[in-house]
Amino acid sequence: MAHGHTVKRYSGLMDWLTTVDHKKIGILYLIAGGFFFLLGGLEAILIRLQLWKPLNDFVSPDTYNELLTMHGTTMIFLAAMPLLFALMNAIVPLQIGARDVAFPFVNALGFWTFFFGGVLLNVSWFTGGAPDAGWTSYVPLASTTYSQNHGVDYYVLGLQISGIGSLIGGINFLVTIINMRAPGMSFMRMPMFTWTAFITSALILFAFPALTVGLAALMFDRLFSANFFEVANGGNVVLWEHIFWIFGHPEVYILILPAFGIISEVISTFARKRLFGYSSMVFATMLIGFLGFMVWAHHMFTTGLGPIANSLFSIATMLIAVPTGIKIFNWLFTMWGGSIRFTAANLFAVGFVPTFVMGGVTGVMLAAAPADFQYHDSYFVVAHFHYVIVGGLVMGIFAGLHYWWPKMFGRILNEGLGKLTFWTFFIGFHLTFFVQHFLGLLGMQRRIYTYQDGLDFNLMNLISTVGAILMGIGTIVFLVNVVVTWAKPKNAANDPWEDGRTLEWSIPSPAPEYNFVQTPLVRGYDALWKEKMDGNKGMTPAEPIGPIHMPSPSILPFVMSLGLFVTGLGLMYNFVFAGIGLLITFGCMFLRSVFDDHGFHIEPEELQDKGVKA
Amino acid sequence: MSAHTHVDGQLPHEPEKATLEGRNKVLGFWLFLGGETVLFGTLFAAFLALRNQVGDGNPTSQELFDLGLVGLATFILLTSSLTSVFSIQAMHKNQVKPMLIWLAVTVLLGASFLGLEIYEFFHYVHMGHGYTTSAFSSSFYTLVGFHGAHVAFGVTWITILIFQVLKKGLNTVTAPKLYVAGMYWHFIDVVWVFIFTVVYLMGKVA
Repeated sequence: MAHGHTVKRYSGLMDWLTTVDHKKIGILYLIAGGFFFLLGGLEAILIRLQLWKPLNDFVSPDTYNELLTMHGTTMIFLAAMPLLFALMNAIVPLQIGARDVAFPFVNALGFWTFFFGGVLLNVSWFTGGAPDAGWTSYVPLASTTYSQNHGVDYYVLGLQISGIGSLIGGINFLVTIINMRAPGMSFMRMPMFTWTAFITSALILFAFPALTVGLAALMFDRLFSANFFEVANGGNVVLWEHIFWIFGHPEVYILILPAFGIISEVISTFARKRLFGYSSMVFATMLIGFLGFMVWAHHMFTTGLGPIANSLFSIATMLIAVPTGIKIFNWLFTMWGGSIRFTAANLFAVGFVPTFVMGGVTGVMLAAAPADFQYHDSYFVVAHFHYVIVGGLVMGIFAGLHYWWPKMFGRILNEGLGKLTFWTFFIGFHLTFFVQHFLGLLGMQRRIYTYQDGLDFNLMNLISTVGAILMGIGTIVFLVNVVVTWAKPKNAANDPWEDGRTLEWSIPSPAPEYNFVQTPLVRGYDALWKEKMDGNKGMTPAEPIGPIHMPSPSILPFVMSLGLFVTGLGLMYNFVFAGIGLLITFGCMFLRSVFDDHGFHIEPEELQDKGVKA
Repeated sequence: MSAHTHVDGQLPHEPEKATLEGRNKVLGFWLFLGGETVLFGTLFAAFLALRNQVGDGNPTSQELFDLGLVGLATFILLTSSLTSVFSIQAMHKNQVKPMLIWLAVTVLLGASFLGLEIYEFFHYVHMGHGYTTSAFSSSFYTLVGFHGAHVAFGVTWITILIFQVLKKGLNTVTAPKLYVAGMYWHFIDVVWVFIFTVVYLMGKVA
């Protein structure tokens, strides 16, 4: 009975549409997130082209508002988060010695809901206007009084659908990390990237439902004439700000914590040293995650909450500098005395440290409530959050991609092109955003489509635009690198950097479908490094070779998400279609509940070191 | 590790946690309920912020709410939580028939709660308390309606599970499903306790 099931295995496109393999889902997240990253980057360059000289008319004010809104929304929700999910999917199960995630089906569902939510959001470009009320979508600007077309509806529905994906993805990683660690992999032996993925998932779990309610309330206001934010009928616009930032501030830690994890892994590997202060790193991560929920009102200092509230939120915000500082010093001390190799991945990681410190310093400046009244809504704020998000998160993602590319695809990215990506992107980044601090202090306001001549803004805006184009070139070099690497033979070793410390480097590159032929026995922190230091060839297995149970592929996650996409469109244009979409989605849920997935077994004689085809 | 390694005819003591899949499901569902708590917490916060924004000439909460009707609904829903406990107890004793009967009673009680709620909403609309009347009415219907939608989902879900058990029997695949459905049902009940207090009692007294 146990081995009797035969399961249809798909190939080609159907394989990708039906896959529940965390490594393939990671690649899907990478492709989709990468696509949206290019889209958001293109929008950024269009913004910079409009601003390169005063009183430019390259794009109209309305288009500028759309570009600005879609740039922010796309980069946060459709590029940064999915790219992190790509690395988390590809690496976390390998780092804890698991054969898969806890809920492979839900994992696929999370990807497809994100994907269709993102597509829905971008459909708005072709149906009469993208959202144009900023990525924060403040009311009353985002209410029907001031945003009469469907733009903000797309924002609300697209983010609602992709938010489902983030939430269930977070739950999936929490359960995976709690329940599926290999024998000996105690919590305090987990690699730092897994730790940050764990804390980030917890933040997702407790932050996203607030956004769900906020978006639902705005949707009900816009589509069904509810009065949450309609002041004339007793609604309250500050309520939106609270709900949005109760989600929104944890969201920035959701983004940056996994980047911290990546940086920890890369710096430790290429310094050939154990991560300095591992337990303080874990504690600092938890503390940042906890404090992240206590500081939302620092986005609202100028709203008028009063001096008491502002002081409390100001102090709480400054407190976050303490655990963050612990992390910075731990990275420095990890490098101290190490034999450092400056690979492309490590360049990104090392470049991250001073860049992120600069973003942190302006963060503390902004946390001082009285001073914030001066900085508020100026380019100083724009410079600050791009320093932490691009200089922090995007550098972290680039470091992680260069580092783990061989584990995901079996090929090492070209190091020369990787270093060129780093230098063009790094210099371009600082050119773009460093001057924006001063533009802000001089009084240039954010979110406005142009500026007057003779205000001393011209030169710095020109520099900023040149920098943005340089960042674009850096990204193109990375794409060229991907294509060039693709043409090379798939010959990466198990441990291509030769200094791998964690479990993912103990198995073939790319990892086979079942990850581990035998679940490894973990004997300490930096599990593989410990075996190397003890003179062992690899991990000690914790189980005999036997048949491996695998989940079946399924098309249901794709169809279920398609149903939500149809529902989203239907809610705007025709309620009949909304009903059909919901029927599709609930119908899929019904099928999933009624038909059990017995999965299938890979027999010992089939086990060989072949990887997933990418 | 596979979902069906138990010896036929002998169900483990806690069948919902006998397999890794089952343990994953139960833990994942606890976490999901944590997220749901934030969801309802935010809805409560929005309601509390807006509940006094009734508007001129619209019925106030004191005029609208009838504690007799709401008390009956509360009694029904709390009882349904008890019957769902009975069904899980029967499941742990591997008594399929009583388990199914208690599940069916739970569904019936849930459905009658929904019936009362629909009647209540009709009544309110009739009194001039529509969804778009005021910020109070919008936030009231959204909070209570979200809860009602959860009840409706639960009633449908448990009904489907009853038919699944009839077809497949009680085993380590169906047991975790029944267990998490039970957890869901208790959660809905707890939310209602807060709704009864925050919306109805405070609305009547304030």
